[in-house]
Amino acid sequence: MTTQFWSVADTARRIAAGEITAAQIVDAMIARIRAVDDVIGAYLAVDEDGARAAAEEVDRQRAANAPLGPLAGVPIALKDVLVTRGLATTAASRILEGWIPPYDAHVVERLRAAGAIVLGKVNCDEFAMGSSTENSAYQPTRNPWDLSRVPGGSSGGSSAAVAAGLCAASLGTDTGGSIRQPAAFCGVVGLKPTYGRVSRWGVVAFASSLDQVGPLTRSVADAALMLQAIAGFDPRDSTSLDAAVPSYADAMTGDVRGLRVGLPQEYFEAMDDEIRAALRRTVAALVERGAELVDLSLPHTAHALPAYYLVAPAEASSNLARFDGVRYGLRVEAPDLLDMYARTRGAGFGPEVKRRIMIGSYALRSGYYDAYYKKAQQVRTLIKRDFDHAFQYCDVVLTPTTPTPAFAFGAKSTPMDMYLADVFTLSCNLAGLPGISVPCGLTGEGLPIGVQLLARPLDEVTLLRVGGVIEAAVGLGDRRPPGIGGAA
Amino acid sequence: MPALTRTEVEEIALLARLHLEPAELERMQHELGVILEHFAALAAVPTEGVPAMTHAVPMDLRLRPDVVAPSLPVELALAGVPRRDGALIVVPSSIAPPGRSPTGGTGTKP
Repeated sequence: MTTQFWSVADTARRIAAGEITAAQIVDAMIARIRAVDDVIGAYLAVDEDGARAAAEEVDRQRAANAPLGPLAGVPIALKDVLVTRGLATTAASRILEGWIPPYDAHVVERLRAAGAIVLGKVNCDEFAMGSSTENSAYQPTRNPWDLSRVPGGSSGGSSAAVAAGLCAASLGTDTGGSIRQPAAFCGVVGLKPTYGRVSRWGVVAFASSLDQVGPLTRSVADAALMLQAIAGFDPRDSTSLDAAVPSYADAMTGDVRGLRVGLPQEYFEAMDDEIRAALRRTVAALVERGAELVDLSLPHTAHALPAYYLVAPAEASSNLARFDGVRYGLRVEAPDLLDMYARTRGAGFGPEVKRRIMIGSYALRSGYYDAYYKKAQQVRTLIKRDFDHAFQYCDVVLTPTTPTPAFAFGAKSTPMDMYLADVFTLSCNLAGLPGISVPCGLTGEGLPIGVQLLARPLDEVTLLRVGGVIEAAVGLGDRRPPGIGGAA
Repeated sequence: MPALTRTEVEEIALLARLHLEPAELERMQHELGVILEHFAALAAVPTEGVPAMTHAVPMDLRLRPDVVAPSLPVELALAGVPRRDGALIVVPSSIAPPGRSPTGGTGTKP
């Protein structure tokens, strides 16, 4: 039985019905990882023993007629910035090599409580800083649709693992597009929840005012199930929102009649022709189903990139101060304490992390704060006001997720070139909005294209509803990456 | 704004507690100059009277009750410490020997 591309819902339903055991699912998935992941490079660590033990527990519960969680037996992969008790967590950095966390992140607790089985930890850009997963200190991850291309980033191990059928679903983190951009590159669904919707407790922090955890899945319905499991209040995260969690599965009504879809002109100025054509088909499909189009302007869009690349590095430079060789991870011994800090960090961090720490330290230093960090936070207010205004006239904003499809390894030769890969996804984080990327076609070369939807804070329901309609109308259907045993 | 001098880059590295090799300092000087020049466009955005964002989504920061709560056992909390003596973390002296730069590089102290 071929199980690798079963949906989250299907897997849980079949296990609950006794059609297959969780142990069989896990064995099949581990066999597939062994067969395929040498080529893809998605996993940094596979917890075979832990996964098998968790599967046996699910099967025991079912045999005893005990109630099963909604994700019982569903095999998942976690981005390696989510801490996992007893399972190495590196953030794809040498500075955390070998560190075994003593606790689970909140989202990991929630998934385990729902019955999900953690297969292992997947690759990403070091400390989630990057757009291609090329900044991992450990290995490249290849795009399952074209092995010469990147899977996007920073959650590139997650997007590649989901696309290649190496897990049923994955959790990533999104600080400036790190769920949505790799989802678009790998032809999967990526959902970045509203800031505060999902607890950040136990997430290795990059930029605390921007980071959110969210799912990468092969369908919108699976994204709804995963979000249901992780959303909600957590008193251990001071920015966790104490707001009711709706039923996300109920959001998938398939009805967009009367929905107002905003098209911001600033997002349609520069993109590949094939992406433009795919977006046109997507918009036309929504109109055919009764949606209305609203032409919009988000006038401060051009300032999002510099604002983001000041705010995020400033927060990163503060957050990453904790990696100093004292309490965990790498230590480079030196005769005095400051020398030990500097040599440990110099040896443990990779080039992009160092670059962002330097930008952040520059922006926050005495005398420069107002000109850089404060200015960027003021611009952030303007960007949020743009969206507040836009949502008076539309229910959802539709844009391309990326200006290009997945690019080749090494194609972005300068830091600025790479930063521009995030140009359509940053504003969502700056404004704290929920966003989703849904596949909406393939290029002539067979590379996936993603459409991005943004909604009002806490309106993930609308994203899922519209995303489900787009998926049904112009999605990839049963098309899978060729050449890795995935062709349907 | 920018370009950065080598001395400025060394000062930032010192503030960031990052030891950078000479080739890294040179590369960083160039790359940061380019990046910050790109960001200089922000200075032209009119922001007079615009409040700096504190939270993207309205929220009140909470305080937890000031009561003793369970925490990680000491042995578990210290399991990842690179160098320890029982329940103590061992670190080198915080005072640099005379004549040594805190980063071990050529940077000057602020």
